[in-house]
Amino acid sequence: MASGPTTGTSTTGGPDLVETPGGAQPGPKPAGVVEREFTVAVRSQRQMILRRFLNHRLAVASLIIFIALLMGSLIGGRLWHYGFADRTGDYSQPPSLKHPMGTDDIGHDVMALVFRGAQKSVQIALLVALLSTTIGTLVGAVAGFYRGRADALLMRFVDLVLTVPSLAILAVLASVVGSKAGGWFFVAIVLAGITWAPISRVVRGVFLSLREKEYVEAARALGANDRRIIFRHLLPNALGAIIVNATIVVAVAILTETALSYLGVGVQRPDTSLGLLISDGQGAAQTRPWLFYFPGLVIILIALTVNFIGDGLRDAFDPTQTRVRA
Amino acid sequence: MLAFVVRRLIVSIPVLLLSSVLVFALVTFSGDPLADLKAKNPPPSPAVIHAREHLLNLDKPIVTRYGIWLGNLVRGDMGRTIAGTDVRSDLARRLLVTARMVILAMIFAIILAVIVGVISAVRQYTALDYTFTFAGFLFLSMPVFWLGALLKEILAIKFNDAVGRTVVYTVGDSTPGLTGGFFSNLGNYAAHLVLPTITLAAISFASWSRFQRSSMLDVLNSDYVRLARAKGLSKSRVMVRHALRTALIPLVTVVAIDFGAILGGAVITERVFAWHGMGELLITGITSKDTNVVLAWLMVSAVAVIGFNLIADVLYAYLDPRIRHG
Repeated sequence: MASGPTTGTSTTGGPDLVETPGGAQPGPKPAGVVEREFTVAVRSQRQMILRRFLNHRLAVASLIIFIALLMGSLIGGRLWHYGFADRTGDYSQPPSLKHPMGTDDIGHDVMALVFRGAQKSVQIALLVALLSTTIGTLVGAVAGFYRGRADALLMRFVDLVLTVPSLAILAVLASVVGSKAGGWFFVAIVLAGITWAPISRVVRGVFLSLREKEYVEAARALGANDRRIIFRHLLPNALGAIIVNATIVVAVAILTETALSYLGVGVQRPDTSLGLLISDGQGAAQTRPWLFYFPGLVIILIALTVNFIGDGLRDAFDPTQTRVRA
Repeated sequence: MLAFVVRRLIVSIPVLLLSSVLVFALVTFSGDPLADLKAKNPPPSPAVIHAREHLLNLDKPIVTRYGIWLGNLVRGDMGRTIAGTDVRSDLARRLLVTARMVILAMIFAIILAVIVGVISAVRQYTALDYTFTFAGFLFLSMPVFWLGALLKEILAIKFNDAVGRTVVYTVGDSTPGLTGGFFSNLGNYAAHLVLPTITLAAISFASWSRFQRSSMLDVLNSDYVRLARAKGLSKSRVMVRHALRTALIPLVTVVAIDFGAILGGAVITERVFAWHGMGELLITGITSKDTNVVLAWLMVSAVAVIGFNLIADVLYAYLDPRIRHG
């Protein structure tokens, strides 16, 4: 998929700066070989996107912090010398060198709890992003490409998913499956069951406009079948919209998962999650604020960096939105 | 226009039915609603359990139960809770409590979002714009319950301490045992409303202000605004009469789309501030596997979402003369 056409703009409506008529054929263009009247360094679409993203300092900084958070949450719990279920014998200690985030009233090290909670939240968020992006892209691609009855049927289904306040459905579903073994896995599947719907709408919109482009017609004339057109020609050009939406899903999934756990229907004890930690720490916010602040700050940091990365990606994929002069 | 409204209402009926079937099946299969009653010590006599099963129609097959529920719903009866009380009267009371918060928060969020969005757009790329942008992203990345708890446990309590008396209440929707009419208690209601409203509004405000900013930027860069300036109209007149009027229209759709999410946010906000509203009803309904209660919440919310979207579409057509619903 990644070796798709390197020319052609990524999203709808933007001026096709690089595209020559029928130019989005598969197979890489030999970069730098092209003779031009004016000598300009030829950059592939992917290089330009990467350059634009790297120029977005906030997004790059967010990416670095996010990767650090990701690593920390996935392996930090294993490295940290307290387990999340360990009783340390220190009760309600404020943050210190021994316990950088303090301890709670039954002697848990808050740092260990936060590591464990962040691990669950990040696992859930990444799985949700993967699942919902895949499903949403497939549904949107089929609906947008084939139109007609398939489109109508799929989009009515999307309407159905979006009509009901999703938190209610999630709470019902999560309360059914959340208490089962491997709870976080089911919570992720349940979340993905809702979050694919908006993505499918976006992808459908992009596909509806892309399928009318000349290069699709050209590909068809060359004898490409539907599958080839969808996967080799349309999908790479819809990639920008898909990736940006995937980042939004990560942020939404983290916030929703913590909310569900806060309401008591997400991740269940004896396991822990950032939402559960905040729910526990809320009552102690006055007397032992570290129980309340640290889990919340970790959630905000994860969601904030993901949102900034998404913003940088959006600008990188579609520069027409930013260069506006007031 | 009337035909459009009628058609939309007819189309939404199957959506409502389907989502009710879905939720009915989910809650019904999630477990035995009388488990708590049966686990009581000393165990209630079989006759008591049997009587309760009969009252809730649990002794009938599932399809029949759904049929009875639907039949009752059409007649305006939402059935009984597991405890045997009437769902509708409880729901009606709670609806008022929640609606108070939701409507106020929406108005608050819209006004704030428009002001911030417009200022951001007009002063694009200034320090003010960056500050608003960062604040927007921050609120977007903040869990509702964390913000609520922060306001409640830290700020409000400090504020009340500083003033020396309780100005803003942190728990409940009104002081228990309040007597007198609605208007004499208005001050008490308002003091309870402050924090939940700010909490609920903050989250929607974030995305709406971002949206308003880009919508305003689009308009400011359009030809007719430049023409209006070129013709010699004052800057403020162009801003308000020409640009703002047009830039407000797209926000209508976004607010309508987000309405479901606001209802979800209200569930969490109610939990944080211990309100006895619809959200509490939903959560207790889900945890006690009370089908009628969850369905009642769902129906009210779904009707509200559908109705709200319909109003938005009608309003949109009214505001934007280019759109005509046939």
